[in-house]
Amino acid sequence: MNKVFPDANAALKGLLADGMTIMSGGFGLVGNPENLIPVIRESGVKDLTIISNNCGADGFGLYTLLANGQIRKMVSSYVGDNQLFEQLYLEGKLELELNPQGTLAERIRAGGAGIPAFYTRTGVGTFVQDGKPIESFEGVTYLRETWLKADLAIVKAWKADPAGNLMFRKTARNFNPVMATAARTTVVEVEELVAEGALDPESIHTPGIYVDRIIVGAQYEKRIEKRTVRQREAA
Amino acid sequence: MAWTRDQMAARAALELRDGYYVNLGIGIPTLVANHIPPDIHVVLQSENGMLGMGPFPYEDEVDPDLINAGKQTISELPTSSYFSSAESFAMIRGGHIDLTILGAMEVAANGDLANWTIPGKMLKGMGGAMDLVAGVKRVVVLMDHVSKSGQPKILEQCTLPLTGAQVVDLIITDLCVFECDKNSGGLALVELASDVTFAQIATSTGAAFRDARP
Repeated sequence: MNKVFPDANAALKGLLADGMTIMSGGFGLVGNPENLIPVIRESGVKDLTIISNNCGADGFGLYTLLANGQIRKMVSSYVGDNQLFEQLYLEGKLELELNPQGTLAERIRAGGAGIPAFYTRTGVGTFVQDGKPIESFEGVTYLRETWLKADLAIVKAWKADPAGNLMFRKTARNFNPVMATAARTTVVEVEELVAEGALDPESIHTPGIYVDRIIVGAQYEKRIEKRTVRQREAA
Repeated sequence: MAWTRDQMAARAALELRDGYYVNLGIGIPTLVANHIPPDIHVVLQSENGMLGMGPFPYEDEVDPDLINAGKQTISELPTSSYFSSAESFAMIRGGHIDLTILGAMEVAANGDLANWTIPGKMLKGMGGAMDLVAGVKRVVVLMDHVSKSGQPKILEQCTLPLTGAQVVDLIITDLCVFECDKNSGGLALVELASDVTFAQIATSTGAAFRDARP
C-alpha cells in the first residue's frame, strides 16, 4: 500500500468529476490545501458542491473555483470578507447552505463517525430550524441536524508519515481533521513528509486510517488576511 | 458624552470574573482583551481552535498559521492549546465557556439577537455566533446604541433574521447598559454613560424599559 504520490496532479488523478461534493479544510486562508485547489481549477470540473467554512479570499484558495464558475453550491458558515461570494449569492447565481460553524463541524464529524443525526440547541428559534424536527430534552428544545459526507476531502496538514498519520500546526488545524474522516477519498497535502517512526504516536492528531493519498506541497504562500501586530516598548 | 469604543470595551471588561473562559467576538468586543483588570485571570477562547489566546504578535513573531476567529494574526501563551473546529464547538455547545461578548445589528427586549444578515443587501453568515449564543452561559452584546443612520438597534422585536432567540443577558452600548430578562422579556436600564441623560436613552431606544439605576 503506497499512499505517497509525487505531486498534486498525480494525487487527484481519477478522483475528479462534474457534480461531485468536495470538503476543503481551512479557516479563512489558514490551513488551506493551496496545492490541491489549483489542480481542481485546471481540471475544469464543474457543478461542484463545496463544503468549507469560507470560500477563500481575494483570488486565493477556493475563491479561484468560484471565480471560474465551477461551484454550483457552497455549504459554509461565513461569507463575509469575500465580496465575490456575497455578490454571487445575492444575485442568485450561487446556491448557498449556511450552517452555524459548530453545526457544520459537528455534521462533518458525525459523517465520519457514522452518526446520521444529532440534536443541538444551536439555531433553535432561527431560520436554521426551518423544516427540521425538534425535540425536548430535560425541558429544553433542540433541533435535529444530519451528517455531512463528501466524495473527496482535500486536507492541509503540517507533517505526515508514509502511513498517513498527520500532525497539524497551530490554528491551521481547524476543519482539517474532521474533514479527513468524512469523505470517500481523502487527499492530504503536507509541508513535510517524515520517515516512519519520526512522529511520536502519542502526538498524532489524525491516524492514518483516514488518509488515502499524500503529497508534499510544492510551495506554501500562506497568505495573511489581516496582519495585526503590537510594538515593542522602547528599552 | 457617549462612551468611546475603548470605554465601551472597558465597561464590558467589568463583566469578566477571575477564572472565566471567555470568547470575544469580532470588532469592538476584541478590544475587551486590552482592558482585562490586572487582578483577574481569564482564558480567551478562539473558536477556530485555540484556548489561551495571546496578544497581537511582535512584527518578527507573526505566524501565518496562528490567527483568531477574526482572521487577525495573534500569539500563543505558555498555557495555550490547539484543537479542531469540532472540539472547539464541543466546548462552546457543551456549556464550558462562561461568557461571550459579541456585536449586534439588532437586539430585542426579550433577548433576541440579530447580527448576521440584512436580507437582499448584506450577507456575512453567522460563523460561530449562533453556536456561541446557544451554548455560552452568559451572553453580552456590545454595540452602538443606534445604527449609522440613527435608527434604534434595541427594539421590541427584531426585524432582521435572528442569530438566537432569547439569548442576550446584558446590552452595553455607547450610551448605557441594559439588563435583559430573557424569561419575562423586560429591559432594565442599569447604567448611563457620563453626561448621557435618561431622556436621550428614551428617544433612542425602540423598546420599553424600566429604570433600575441604583
